[in-house]
Amino acid sequence: MNDEKKHTLSDEDIVSGIFQGETDALEKLYKEHFPMVTRLILNNGGDIDDAKDIFQEAVIILYDKISCGQFVLNSKLKTYIYSVSRNIWLKKLAKRGVYSNVDDYEEKLQVEDDIEIQRERDHQFIMMEHALEKLGEPCHTIIKDFYIHNLSMQEICEKFGYTNTDNAKTQKYKCLQRLKKLFFG
Amino acid sequence: MKSDHEFLSLADAYIRGEMNHQDATAFENRLLSDRESSEKFNEHKEFIARLTGYGKRIDLQQKLDNIHSTLDIPEIIKNAIPHKPLIVRLWDKYKINSLVAASVAILAVFTTLWITGFYSKENSSQYVALRRDMNSIRQNVKAQNALIKDINKNQSGNINPSHYGATGFALSSNGYVMTTYHVIKDADSVYLQNNVGNSYKVKVVFTDPAYDIAVLQIIDKDFKDFGSLPYTFKQNPADIGEDVYTIGFPREEAVYGRGYLSSNTGYSGDTVAYQVSIPVNPGNSGGPVLDNRGNIIGVINSKQTETDGAAFAIKSDYVLKAIAAIPEDSLEKKIVINKRNTLANLNRTEQIKKVQDFIYMIKVY
Repeated sequence: MNDEKKHTLSDEDIVSGIFQGETDALEKLYKEHFPMVTRLILNNGGDIDDAKDIFQEAVIILYDKISCGQFVLNSKLKTYIYSVSRNIWLKKLAKRGVYSNVDDYEEKLQVEDDIEIQRERDHQFIMMEHALEKLGEPCHTIIKDFYIHNLSMQEICEKFGYTNTDNAKTQKYKCLQRLKKLFFG
Repeated sequence: MKSDHEFLSLADAYIRGEMNHQDATAFENRLLSDRESSEKFNEHKEFIARLTGYGKRIDLQQKLDNIHSTLDIPEIIKNAIPHKPLIVRLWDKYKINSLVAASVAILAVFTTLWITGFYSKENSSQYVALRRDMNSIRQNVKAQNALIKDINKNQSGNINPSHYGATGFALSSNGYVMTTYHVIKDADSVYLQNNVGNSYKVKVVFTDPAYDIAVLQIIDKDFKDFGSLPYTFKQNPADIGEDVYTIGFPREEAVYGRGYLSSNTGYSGDTVAYQVSIPVNPGNSGGPVLDNRGNIIGVINSKQTETDGAAFAIKSDYVLKAIAAIPEDSLEKKIVINKRNTLANLNRTEQIKKVQDFIYMIKVY
């Protein structure tokens, strides 16, 4: 906690804002640091779409880390974003078979672990996405409405025109079982 | 199946916080007491967490895209790209490479020059005037060159403390002697020594730096007359291939050198001079070049250092022209150029015997 006090209030505000799910904080983070990442990518063999992808990936990593309460602000947010972006971009360039030495004009942090964790999350995300795609309707919508959009069974019942909530519940149960099967299978 | 369905409904309700306190406690107790239920619950909870994580990610992505769409992208791109022109950016990028390349090139050039011996020569000029530096046994070619360079721009010059030796020959019987300008140009005093060893003081009465010609006059009161000169100046151009010889003083004694006329022009196409193939050395400067018949065709003044046997002699007609240009009233006595050649029918050794009485060592202080 002592560490955090050393840093500028605005960075702390952003972190606590994101932790509380405030869109304003996210927006501020985005607007403040996107130009820096754009500069990094454009000057090192990428285009504006690369810049967007890389920056958003970095923001998601930061966001997830903050949301888990694992993020400790012991450097500037800018440095963190820069380090993550630079790291991801180098990996992407290597994957494209381009040898490049990205010019450094910011200090860097060791962010390998964070990126590794994120890769695992990405993997889960993609698996879930595929499972949900294969699930088909109406299961897809029912599952999403109940578990993601937090609709009540009553609302789902009305939305899909089930005669009683028990039917809806049974349907939801079957859908969930199928999804689990698709996901793990 | 039925029980599984019911259990998961309860679990969902518990996770979503839809249970009342009593039911929640009962459910917790069930999880604590029944290990199977507990495992099933954790498994379900984990899966739901994944599902909600997926949802959150989609939601976040949507938010980010919304924010992104509010940005002024062209402006950001404009600011992101450095304002330096392309050439400057390329330079920044390849600066090191080009510097290394340039260094290697420079190193290679100078190494090659060094290996091929370019620096082992003391002077880059191949042209050297032929006066003899009497103070040093080793001929200081470099200093001589420096002196020659100064001929036209610095008449008074830096007085060189060392003195020089060269050659001169009688121009007319009344005491005029011909030599080259570069020999006497910085002179404090000039002396002349004949082959018997007599020294006479002379003064410089005329110089022509352009043709490298100087005329001296003996002012010593012991001097009377040279006697009649055996040679004449050749009026017409000499022919290439002609046999020629010279007598000079590259050392304290008169040295004979023979060769042939090898070109009608001198150093770098200089039309004032001939090229003659005679071995000459510093000290030969001012010596006459005679043909078979004893006509003076030129005056030795320089040689090319790089080329064997390439000496240069000022053409006799330029010498005559220069002499004719001397204002009459600047001379005490008239220079009368000898018109009668007495050497023509003599063989070389006899010619030399006669000629060497009229050839002198010039000493410059």
